[in-house]
Amino acid sequence: MTEKPLITFDQVWKTYGEGEASVHALAGVDLSIRRGEFVAIMGPSGSGKSTAMNIIGCLDTPTSGRYGFLGVDAGRLDRNRRAVLRNLYVGFVFQGYNLLPRTTAAENVELPLIYRGAPASERHKLAAEALEQVGLLGRQGHTPAELSGGQQQRVAIARAIVTKPTLLVADEPTGNLDTARSHEIMELLTRLNQDLGLTVVMVTHEADIAAYAQRTIGFLDGHIASDQLNRKAA
Amino acid sequence: MLWETIRLALLSVRRNVLRSFLTLLGIVIGVAAVIAMITIGSGTTEKVKNDISKLGSNLLVVRAARPERGGSTSFTPRRLEERDLIGLRKGLTNAKAVSAASQSTVRVVYGAENIAAQVTGTDTDFFIARDWDVSSGRIFSESEVRSGAGVCILGETVRQQFFGAGDPDGMSVRVNKTSCKVIGVLQAKGTSGFGQDQDAVVMMPLGAFQRRIAGNRNIDAVYIAAQDGVATSAVQESIEGIMRDTRRLAPDADDNFEVRDMTQIADAMTSATTTMTGMLGAVAGVSLLVGGIGIMNIMLVSVTERTREIGIRLAIGAHEKHILIQFLVEATVLSLLGGLIGIAIGLALAGAASLTLSIPFAPSIPIILLAVGFSALIGMVFGFFPALRGARLDPIDALRHE
Repeated sequence: MTEKPLITFDQVWKTYGEGEASVHALAGVDLSIRRGEFVAIMGPSGSGKSTAMNIIGCLDTPTSGRYGFLGVDAGRLDRNRRAVLRNLYVGFVFQGYNLLPRTTAAENVELPLIYRGAPASERHKLAAEALEQVGLLGRQGHTPAELSGGQQQRVAIARAIVTKPTLLVADEPTGNLDTARSHEIMELLTRLNQDLGLTVVMVTHEADIAAYAQRTIGFLDGHIASDQLNRKAA
Repeated sequence: MLWETIRLALLSVRRNVLRSFLTLLGIVIGVAAVIAMITIGSGTTEKVKNDISKLGSNLLVVRAARPERGGSTSFTPRRLEERDLIGLRKGLTNAKAVSAASQSTVRVVYGAENIAAQVTGTDTDFFIARDWDVSSGRIFSESEVRSGAGVCILGETVRQQFFGAGDPDGMSVRVNKTSCKVIGVLQAKGTSGFGQDQDAVVMMPLGAFQRRIAGNRNIDAVYIAAQDGVATSAVQESIEGIMRDTRRLAPDADDNFEVRDMTQIADAMTSATTTMTGMLGAVAGVSLLVGGIGIMNIMLVSVTERTREIGIRLAIGAHEKHILIQFLVEATVLSLLGGLIGIAIGLALAGAASLTLSIPFAPSIPIILLAVGFSALIGMVFGFFPALRGARLDPIDALRHE
């Protein structure tokens, strides 16, 4: 592919604390992810994988080095500009679903559109479409408490894709689910990756979950220890 | 976007009904207290004003001064005499009426009924000066006043006591053992601000009163009404000049009489009740402040409780200002709601008070609008710090918050 990569890390450092007590969560990472890729990030806790994911999702910025997202130097943008970037191009899926309690599935899904200033009629339409894509049509009026874990995660995925983002960042999306539910969610993510061309970056520490991705990047002590294409996908 | 935020705020108020209610309580009590105090206060002011205007507007009263306690020993008050009255009648050019009067509380009898009434001996100008007319019959004629005829005008209370629904015209009543013929009935004035029945009165010509009841030729007071459009203070100056001339007082001598301006008294009493109202309102305002601190407290709790929610919102693209507005609107909606409930309760309290104390119900629209605005302002001011705290959260930390 001659297309420019979606995501580029160029000697990215992330340092917490100062002087003697400083810790390098990322120590000069180089990385590039192309549009449409499905990447799993693995590694033990403290390896820097979460920090990398936060930077990729424009939630965090590098201490030094360049983080390029969509050709923009996203690491230099201020809080509110990164908020716009997230709202327009990034969808998030978390381990704990992170839906608003006592708020219906439809309202949860509509939330990112509210911050975009979309009119109510458009929000309802897009939310219904997104819920249909994750197989929850007819559950619009249910609150998270009335849904199972798997269903809640589907609502969260609908919320992530309702804005038709370029990138989906998933932080251990199956961490709270049983095996059957986990595989259903992974199949859904795979389908979104293939059907919509959605770029997916997923952090996980389960090898069978990582196997759904086309590419697995292993982090260790702030460095990339391995970066390989998966046989199944390749 | 704003409408969405308000809807969201109302939703969150409804989700925590009990907590919202407890938060509101401070504002409710504060606003209710302010509204009740000020409404009752302005009702009282109005009543005092009415009472004083019942005495007659533009009224000045001349009396022999009471000796000042501990004052100069040279001071001697001098009774008002015929000469003073004549001097005032001749000299005053800016008065509409000059009337002499003497009073005494005397038992009045008709048949088997009797009543203690304030009997006033006076002249025809009295009815102009006191702005008081008869509701039936007539007032004295000039000749009756001159001759001191045995005629009288009854106050409404006396009429009712003696004649019920009947017409007393031409009947004879006994006042202090002398008989007098009823020629009219005075308009009812009701109870004064000091709880006195102003209709338990009998009027008769001054000469008749002096001869038959007082047994002397004293004049208790001279009532003077300023001409329309003339300041009472100007009339007061003229009166003082004429009295000093008539009494031939040396330029350095003290007055041996006093002139009271009822307008001034009215103003003084009105400003006293207004000051009182303001002070009570201010005290009630302190409870509003306490209510505001209550809002701040609960908003801080709310921000902490919803840290994760803030994290989600920030992650999916909310700006700092969105979070700030969300919590500000929530605090404002909360305190505004409290303000509205408080206004309703305050007006109800003031209404009940005006019924039991028989004062006018005087709700003030500006004060109510002020209360609405102020409670909204309290929400914004005390909601700002917690809201800012929420808006400044780091999305990563907020998402990690348990």
